[in-house]
Amino acid sequence: MPKDGGIGASTKRREDIRFLTGTGNYTDDINIRGQAYVHFLRSDVAHGRIKGIDTAEAEKMPGVVRIFTGADFEGVGGIPCGWQVTDRHGAPMQEPAHPVLAQGKVRHVGDPIAAVVAESREQARDAAEAIEVDIEDLPAVIDMKAALEDDAPKVHDDLSSNLCFDWGFVEENREAVDKAIKEAHHVTTLELINQRMVANPMEPRVVVGDYKRANDESTLYTTSQNPHVIRLLMGAFVLGIPEHKLRVVAPDVGGGFGSKIFHYAEEAFCTFAARKLARPVKWTCTRSEAFMTDAHGRDHVTKIELALDKDGKFLAIRTDTHANMGAYLSTFAPSVPTWLHGTLMAGNYTTPLIYVNVKAVFTNTVPVDAYRGAGRPEATFQLERVIDKAAREMEIDPVELRRKNFVREFPYATPVAVEYDTGDYDATLDRLLEMIDRDGFAARRAEAAKRGKLRGLGINCYIEACGIAPSNLVGQLGARAGLYESATVRVNATGSISVFTGSHSHGQGHETSFAQVMSEMIGIPAEQIDIVHGDTANSPMGMGTYGSRSIAVGGSAMVRATEKIIGKARKIAAHLMEAAEGDIEFKDGQFTVAGTDKAVAWGDVCLAAYVPHNYPLEELEPGLEETAFYDPANFTYPAGAYAAEVEVDPETGKVTVCGFAAADDFGNVINPMIVEGQVHGGLAQGIGQALLEGCVYDESGQLISGSYMDYAMPRADDFPAFRVDHSCATPCTHNPLGVKGCGEAGAIGSPPAIVNAVVDALQGGGIDVTHIDMPLSPGRVWQAIQGAN
Amino acid sequence: MYNFEFERPSTVEDAVRALAGDEAQALGGGQTLIPTLKQRLAMPSKLVSLTGIDSIRGVCVADDGAVCVGGATTHATVAREAAAAYPALAALAGQIGDPAVRNRGTIGGSLANNDPSACYPAAALGSGATIVTNAREIAADDYFQGMFETALEEGEIITEVRFPVPQAASYQKFDQPASRFALVGVFVARFAEGVRVAVTGASAEGVFRWHEAEAALAKNFAADALKGLSLSADGMIGDMHGTPEYRAHLAGVLAARAVAAA
Ligand SMILES: Cc1cc2nc3c(=O)[nH]c(=O)nc-3n(C[C@H](O)[C@H](O)[C@H](O)COP(=O)(O)OP(=O)(O)OC[C@H]3O[C@@H](n4cnc5c(N)ncnc54)[C@H](O)[C@@H]3O)c2cc1C
Repeated sequence: MPKDGGIGASTKRREDIRFLTGTGNYTDDINIRGQAYVHFLRSDVAHGRIKGIDTAEAEKMPGVVRIFTGADFEGVGGIPCGWQVTDRHGAPMQEPAHPVLAQGKVRHVGDPIAAVVAESREQARDAAEAIEVDIEDLPAVIDMKAALEDDAPKVHDDLSSNLCFDWGFVEENREAVDKAIKEAHHVTTLELINQRMVANPMEPRVVVGDYKRANDESTLYTTSQNPHVIRLLMGAFVLGIPEHKLRVVAPDVGGGFGSKIFHYAEEAFCTFAARKLARPVKWTCTRSEAFMTDAHGRDHVTKIELALDKDGKFLAIRTDTHANMGAYLSTFAPSVPTWLHGTLMAGNYTTPLIYVNVKAVFTNTVPVDAYRGAGRPEATFQLERVIDKAAREMEIDPVELRRKNFVREFPYATPVAVEYDTGDYDATLDRLLEMIDRDGFAARRAEAAKRGKLRGLGINCYIEACGIAPSNLVGQLGARAGLYESATVRVNATGSISVFTGSHSHGQGHETSFAQVMSEMIGIPAEQIDIVHGDTANSPMGMGTYGSRSIAVGGSAMVRATEKIIGKARKIAAHLMEAAEGDIEFKDGQFTVAGTDKAVAWGDVCLAAYVPHNYPLEELEPGLEETAFYDPANFTYPAGAYAAEVEVDPETGKVTVCGFAAADDFGNVINPMIVEGQVHGGLAQGIGQALLEGCVYDESGQLISGSYMDYAMPRADDFPAFRVDHSCATPCTHNPLGVKGCGEAGAIGSPPAIVNAVVDALQGGGIDVTHIDMPLSPGRVWQAIQGAN
Repeated sequence: MYNFEFERPSTVEDAVRALAGDEAQALGGGQTLIPTLKQRLAMPSKLVSLTGIDSIRGVCVADDGAVCVGGATTHATVAREAAAAYPALAALAGQIGDPAVRNRGTIGGSLANNDPSACYPAAALGSGATIVTNAREIAADDYFQGMFETALEEGEIITEVRFPVPQAASYQKFDQPASRFALVGVFVARFAEGVRVAVTGASAEGVFRWHEAEAALAKNFAADALKGLSLSADGMIGDMHGTPEYRAHLAGVLAARAVAAA
């Protein structure tokens, strides 16, 4: 019997009512009396020296309030980076300055040169067109390898080169890995590109800065996945506003996919300008602007080598990756190709020796940072692709080759610094094979061949590290923040509850699933529980939503706070029933005394806490509100097995996805419907990356995929009905809910499945193609077929 | 957008008069023009909407059997109302963009714009249509003059497009993955007096007729008749979605598929 509430119930998402009826409150819905509008004049060249900015004509235009340039930000902090990576030789990464408005040079198309604040948006734009900027074009560096050549133009004149860092992991393994690869029975090598992506949340970024002179308080309304982090970064590092004078609100947010984690210059600008002008300042990003200012994702160029013994046992992995940082270091950029990527290179397998080398490179492109999966899709893609290639080279069934190497004993300490607490990779793979009818594939392939189509099946596994992250560990790895989460549970006098969580929800459905957990714990209907997030004035602290951490870390903080609540309520109940605290039982919203028929309801206990007439005031404070901070003991490790079945039209190169199945182990699941939705969304993004999406710059640094005319977003009709399953659950061993997180799995596990399937289709048709770089657009697949023939 | 005046006349004469002013521009469904204005890539002083002129909207069949489409008729209307008389034309209209685009975008706007990746130019050229304006009648063969170039004069309005109905026809569109305009589209039409093959999306010069294919198909209207024929990649569009060679190749594949489907 499916439950109709609490943990495990597919409760409909309560937030959808407001989203579907147009009553959500997004940042662009916020308009404050007296508000002015800002338009940013942005660089249309990728690299140039600013020789002069003449705003004289523009200042005189109608409606102009004030025009700001980089000069206004002398002495103001720059946009900080939240993670410091130490390179192979022990030196800290090169960390360039990142001014709010360009100073001296522009470094990518879209870099802001000036900001016009005016009475209306159109007036601001008119005036921006009247600004005269004298820019001396400089040669741009776009290609990462070219950027590392000795005579390459430097993105940052004051750095020694365009190399941000050269990271080796695990450096001590380097020689042993080299030796193992040299001596191995077989080595499979694959060079591949994990292309640059644009997150494209449905809601573009919006910022409103407000300032109340009366009490010297700034408020920033922004489209953010983590308002507290923005408050910390902007307050402490950019503008020097202490937390108690700075409130950051991220109301309803229409998707983020990572791109709204980071602190952006526009946030600092609007807060700064609102203070200078003592009036609210608003910026609404256009879609075209989003393409050239939202942090991009991925952009890795990798060579991976996998060494195997004659039976197919993995002996060693060596990778060499160039990771594009873009023109500046975005908030978490250095962590993505390093700790979020290198630590996952073991995958689901027992490979004893691994060495990952990553060179992070500055180029004249938009900064690159975390994008759904962040580092883990890059690791999974190269590993699962090279395994498939190895299977073909060694003529071992790709499923069997994976099984030969599965981790089966837990906890398992990988050679890349993480310890998997639990998992069962055979179970998800078995479940997947049941879902896809692998035995029937040969018949389906034959049938497709009759229609002139090449059918292929691609299977792979994945693992990810979620529930980010133990603070002391990430501190050692270079994080400049802790990665705990907090929650305050406020029980009201009549028993209803407001939970203030630091986990922001922008599509994940926290307001529903967190309430289900609370309902289960307290035994009252979910309708009596509200989940409040997105405002630094409410939640005590929040590290935000990314890395599939919300339920695992934020949910755990809420559980801990609720345990404190129940502990206190138990004391109150004991007093009310004149019983010993140890005899009190709590179930379904009722406190009872063991072995008696004495009972007191949840609501009466709450009332007593706030109307403490009959109350143990000597021992207990009145009121019922508790806060907990939860710092996870380890990452969580969702894992699973994915399969794609595709058809390739060899005449046109078009790939059609005929079937897609995902068997995931997410540990315990709070709301199966929401989890399925998260997997579907992740699959759409992962398959979108595999087949459609790709951000392209030309050699001069112009963004040629700068709109939906050229950047191919996936649409519903690009996909078959997904089959997803999460029945093979091994609960997480170290958090109170046994949950692992599900937000990124789909995007991590699906790209290799698609590419494996397309290669299988071509190979099955006698076309010897071993790899095609994503996106596998018809043009590219056709080209690959031509190359093979 | 920059500021502009706006007029919505109810007759062609008034529209022509309104368009006579400096920097005035006709507005059809706005599906091309409005995004251009939003990006501030055009600065008309006045927009003259053609959507209020009833006489240039709708689909009818003329005495000689030609399907006549009013210049301000939306793609959705053509998809619906031409379905019986000219199924290949209706199917083409039904594949343009998405419902929002089809419910606003017009045939006149599409032909006036002459985007090298647009669908209607293939239908007009492939059918040997006549483009009727407020001033004259222009044969499709004379109308398309290169990428975004047509025979239209300043202020001239497309009032009707007359499509002779072929014995068999089909439009095969291969979507550009992002915009879903035609990466390549081929319109094949067989008439008693011959076969016409129009290719859109492929050439930097815009829509063109593939005469070699027409000749081969006139002799034998079968996909096999195209075997061995190929277009040169010279002058074809090359971009992130496909090389010139790919486009030339696709034109051949799609032409054969169109013949098979016609
Ligand atoms: C998302 C999207 C997808 C699309 N997909 C496709 C597709 O797959 N295939 C395709 O072919 N097209 C596609 N289009 C373009 C669409 O068909 C447009 O509707 C069409 O190109 C322009 O028609 P309109 O009526 O909107 O013209 P407008 O945008 O109003 O005008 C375009 C130009 O034509 C002029 N004009 C308008 N009407 C007339 C007239 N009667 N006489 C003379 N000049 C006139 C205008 O002055 C302007 O210069 C797409 C558009 C969008 C936005």
